[in-house]
Amino acid sequence: MIEVRHITKSFAGQKVLDDVSTIFDQGKTNLIIGRSGSGKTVLLKCIVGLLEADGGEVLYGGQCFTAMSGNDRKKIRQKFGMLFQGAALFDSLSVEENVKFNLDMFTVMSDHEKRERVDFCLRRVNLENKNHLYPSELSGGMKKRAAIARAIVMNPRYLFCDEPNSGLDPETAIMIDRLIKEITEEFNMTTIINTHDINSVLAIGEKVIFIHNGKKWWEGTKEEILEDENPELNNFVFAARAIKKMKKFEDI
Amino acid sequence: MNLLQHIGRYTLLVMKVFDRPEKHRMYYKRLLRELGVLGINSIGIVAIISFFMGAVITIQTAYNTENPLYPAYLIGLAARDSILLEFSSTIVALILAGKVGSNIASEIGTMKVTEQIDALEIMGVNSAGYIILPKIVALIIFAPFLSILSMLIGIFGGWIAGVSVGVVTTADYVYGIQYAFIPYYITYSLIKSVIFAFIITSVSSYHGYYTSGGALEVGRSSTLAVVHSSVVILLFNLILTQLLLS
Repeated sequence: MIEVRHITKSFAGQKVLDDVSTIFDQGKTNLIIGRSGSGKTVLLKCIVGLLEADGGEVLYGGQCFTAMSGNDRKKIRQKFGMLFQGAALFDSLSVEENVKFNLDMFTVMSDHEKRERVDFCLRRVNLENKNHLYPSELSGGMKKRAAIARAIVMNPRYLFCDEPNSGLDPETAIMIDRLIKEITEEFNMTTIINTHDINSVLAIGEKVIFIHNGKKWWEGTKEEILEDENPELNNFVFAARAIKKMKKFEDI
Repeated sequence: MNLLQHIGRYTLLVMKVFDRPEKHRMYYKRLLRELGVLGINSIGIVAIISFFMGAVITIQTAYNTENPLYPAYLIGLAARDSILLEFSSTIVALILAGKVGSNIASEIGTMKVTEQIDALEIMGVNSAGYIILPKIVALIIFAPFLSILSMLIGIFGGWIAGVSVGVVTTADYVYGIQYAFIPYYITYSLIKSVIFAFIITSVSSYHGYYTSGGALEVGRSSTLAVVHSSVVILLFNLILTQLLLS
């Protein structure tokens, strides 16, 4: 479980996050949604410590991450897996080396054990036999899947995904969403997904937090989203014509 | 940001670079890669430039000392001292600042804007140490070798050019490069090359590491890395010359 308490963050005097508090549940896919520029990426970066919040706390399993020393943070980060918007695979390493990187850096596993673990993770994301390809030789969807394999190789307790299906075709996007949901349940992780894709919200959003103008505007489940009357939330969720029609149909 | 803020941020980065490595073997593997990229790949350009600079120095010295009162071996002596004292360390460092500095800044800058550095941090890896330390160590190891190579090829280039053009005989040139030889000049040159190697890698890495934005900013960081490395090299050349030769 990850708890966020009264997080605030400003850039050049402009408040980007304003007193955001919430709890992200273990074993669930927790979604942070909002318009571009609403502050959701800043919130995710504050949660993982890539940005320092001006105020507030982030707690991992009750431990205050924001008050930890650099070395303690390093230790807890070894329980993190993160899928970046552009996958962030290391260009100079092959798919196998990318996935193996954490094992090489932090474990004393034998080469055979490492190979088995890498093969398992690549099989899990349907990338078997792509071990020796380099990131430049992969499609967008394959890069994301390789990044997921890299994120889960150390059996993380926390998985963070920043816009996991941006730039992907709808079919691949659904596949990535489904994969994230499956591995969240399989490894009983606390997963936080940052997205503005409403299809993802309706497909895998077990808990949804809507950020608007840097504030937590709404919190609930994907089922509650469709019924809620909050105008800002409705404007965001029903911006797509198809979803609007679905709402009208449900109202009738 | 003003100059003091840049110096402060640079100092903090260098301290982070020298933090204890997570796993020495991983850093060692990266060091081997950097020795190839930064060191071995620079041999060609250093060799070509050294040869022609040695040749030009010899010919220019010869044309500027066309006086029967000056002994002929003076050409070899002047070429040797110019190459040993300045060319093989300072000029080669400026060349490396262009080649290696831009390479380092653009590589690290691209890693930064494509979130690869963030990915390392999230994994719990000291990104500055893992990326920058092997580059610094690699060039510090390789720079003295490049410097010695530059001395040998420069003096060889001077001999080829001098004899080919007919401004000096082989006997006079060889006598000149041996005459009043001070071995400390080589030590002086090697000390400078090590310090310049540190400046090139650390200043260029600093610019790459703090790149933000996109491709345009990566290009800008690369340019700044070359300009600032060159200026700092020239400044330290002055300081080191005073310290080591006074």
